[in-house]
Amino acid sequence: MISAHRLTKRFGEFAAVDAIDVEVRRGEAFGFLGPNGAGKSSTMRMIGCVSPPTDGSLRILGRDPATDGPAIRARLGVVPQRDTLDEELTVRENILVYGRYFGLSRAHVRAKADELLEFAQLTERANSVVEPLSGGMKRRLTIARSLVNDPELLLLDEPTTGLDPQARHVLWDRLFRLKRSGVTLVLTTHYMDEAEQLCDRLVVMDGGRIVAEGSPRELIALHSTREVLELRFAADDHAPYATKLTDLAERVEVLPDRLLLYTDDGDATAAAVQARGLEPLSVLARRSTLEDVFLHLTGRTLVD
Amino acid sequence: MSAVNAIARALPIPAGAGLARTLIERNARAFRHGWITLVSGIFEPIFYLFSLGVGLGALIGDVDTGGGRMVEYAAYVAPAMMAAAAMNGAVFDSTFNLFFKLKYAKLYDSVLATPLGPRDVAVGEIGWALLRGLLYSTTFLIVAAAAGVVHSWWALLALPAASLIGLAFAAVGMSVTTYLRSWQDFDYIQLALLPMFLFSATFYPLSTYDESIRWIVQATPLYHGVAMIRDLMLGDVAWGILAHVAYLAVMGLVGVLFAARRIERLLLR
Amino acid sequence: MATTTLAQPREGRMAGRAFAYWLANYRRVWRGSIISGFLGPLFFLLAMGFGLGTLVDGGGLGAPGYVEFIAPGILAAQAMQTAVGESTFPVMGALKWQRQYHAMLAAPLGIADLVLGHVAFVAMRIAITSVAFALVAVALGAITSWWVVGAVFAAILTGLAFTTPVFAFAARQDNDSGFNVLFRFIIMPMFLFSGTFFPVEQLPAGLEAVAMATPLWHGVELCRSLVMGTATVAGSLGHVAYLLLWVVGGLWLALASFRKRLVT
Repeated sequence: MISAHRLTKRFGEFAAVDAIDVEVRRGEAFGFLGPNGAGKSSTMRMIGCVSPPTDGSLRILGRDPATDGPAIRARLGVVPQRDTLDEELTVRENILVYGRYFGLSRAHVRAKADELLEFAQLTERANSVVEPLSGGMKRRLTIARSLVNDPELLLLDEPTTGLDPQARHVLWDRLFRLKRSGVTLVLTTHYMDEAEQLCDRLVVMDGGRIVAEGSPRELIALHSTREVLELRFAADDHAPYATKLTDLAERVEVLPDRLLLYTDDGDATAAAVQARGLEPLSVLARRSTLEDVFLHLTGRTLVD
Repeated sequence: MSAVNAIARALPIPAGAGLARTLIERNARAFRHGWITLVSGIFEPIFYLFSLGVGLGALIGDVDTGGGRMVEYAAYVAPAMMAAAAMNGAVFDSTFNLFFKLKYAKLYDSVLATPLGPRDVAVGEIGWALLRGLLYSTTFLIVAAAAGVVHSWWALLALPAASLIGLAFAAVGMSVTTYLRSWQDFDYIQLALLPMFLFSATFYPLSTYDESIRWIVQATPLYHGVAMIRDLMLGDVAWGILAHVAYLAVMGLVGVLFAARRIERLLLR
Repeated sequence: MATTTLAQPREGRMAGRAFAYWLANYRRVWRGSIISGFLGPLFFLLAMGFGLGTLVDGGGLGAPGYVEFIAPGILAAQAMQTAVGESTFPVMGALKWQRQYHAMLAAPLGIADLVLGHVAFVAMRIAITSVAFALVAVALGAITSWWVVGAVFAAILTGLAFTTPVFAFAARQDNDSGFNVLFRFIIMPMFLFSGTFFPVEQLPAGLEAVAMATPLWHGVELCRSLVMGTATVAGSLGHVAYLLLWVVGGLWLALASFRKRLVT
């Protein structure tokens, strides 16, 4: 579906995307993970054929975006990071008008609009103007709108950022259904739970480059241990404890309020800690998550 | 609307999908919700016609149209109001409204995610401005004819002539809008429009000016628009009118191409 | 334990603070307003007065020439336009978009402070454009009487007669489409038919009566009669009283509308 080789986007001297290689296969859900400014959105805009690459090659649906932009876009669905709904139109008109942009017949978009409003649970608000809708409703409408041309490939840039937990779960459910019906999903996110829920395969981006790639399971196996042991001590500085425990884990990380011990068996490690006569205030052994991988790969420093 | 598509296809780069008409459809739908704004635009030139043409005109004798022919003041000023309304309407649509869509509503961000390209955006928006202008000029012509200030059947050609004025100004207005940064910059557009409206032989003949500044007035696009429509409404048609047509047609064509390029540079980064 | 209460002036006494805000804001954007507020009227004076004026038969005007007739008319009309421009979008913006009023209410200012402070600022804007226009009109010989000073005050009063009612109107609008109607169906016709460009006697009798009921006509008449030296005490007082009625009535409405909109 998407084949990028040494794909690069530069704005002046700054390389927002720096020679990345990506292959997305039909029917899969593919994720771009990364902190703000990692180059995810620039990559998405290039894939959406609205931003010409500076360098490298890019083929989408077997075609070249530089020459076949309109033909490619006719088969894409795009959900941008910020909702770009048409506030001068009603909910239903947003879908109708958008469908017409694809050259679809009036009769076809009318039928399609009913179906999509149902899918997005917006049938009751069909004739409302867009402005008073909640954030979750607007997001669902944006997604519904992006499906008006029955896209083969759906691009979602941070689909659930800023939504409350209920709204996120409704959206995830809709995306699952799309995936099951054969639509290829490409999404960016900085929510690890979202990536684990939705993505078959993903790449982690940082500073315009790809720093890791694989399935969520593979990434955890490759870049983290099976479990993580979190220890809290009654002290302001946890660093001295870390030096006493380095040999008990594959890696020890010092946070302001706790220690993280990366290990394959959390309970065994916890027992070993206590055997050394150390008494943590709290002990928590948990499974490694994508978040651990992410923070390990892209660092804990705030990026913006 | 196939004419719009033909224009869209005939133009060289930038890219478009020949779907400009769907953007016109979108604007028509949006205006159903704000029809009062659309309708209110009809009245401005009519108010001017009755205020200056009829009210003030009673204090003014006949006016020399340039060739020594004398007409009553209302008949002299009516064509100018029609031309100026075509200019004002086109500029308002292509600057104020476009700026809002570009910077605030981010309308084209979603439009360009579809097969539509920058050329469709330029052609669609200008096409819409022309349709809207046609509504205004048609109403105005009917009112002017009813008021008895239309002197010839040539006046029917004033409708496409007004569209030509609209095209020229919408295209240039659109190009200018792509350079604007904030609402404050719109004062500079006013600064260009108002003197043109007032000084382009709209309210009084060119001969009022000193020889030395006549050529400045004659260089402005509105002068040509006013002169063209005045010739048509008064039935003073000669080959010279083609010079006015050519001036505005070149301005419109160059403007459309440039505007489409600018929109491409602005949106497809 | 003693509690200290900050002594706060009564509501309405802190309008100066709101005024100061608008003044500071104005320092950033004054350049553009020079164009719309000053060059516009100047262009009208040049085009209509000196250009079109050459065609006008001055007999029915009661003035030496058309320039002298139109200059005081534009002075008053400009005050109206500045007033309406400053009382529509800026007021809606402060209510809805930038929400400066909400910020002021969160500070110890009250509704009366907001309204009076902002109205005072608009009055200052009208004063600036009116003085500037008067200076140019005098320099061009379109106004020759020392009574121009009185005409400037008359113009400010005319502007205020629009400011307060439009404040009330703006505070009752949900979006800016109402402004379109205001500009196109009220302000524009007033500008064109209320005696600025030609004497209202030229209008059909019914319309003449309508024109004479508009505050702009009273403003134009007051300005014109002052600089022409045709003013009578009774007539001038009548115009002033009528304009004041609009200012006060509008203010009362504005306070009520603001209270309804902001205090819930």
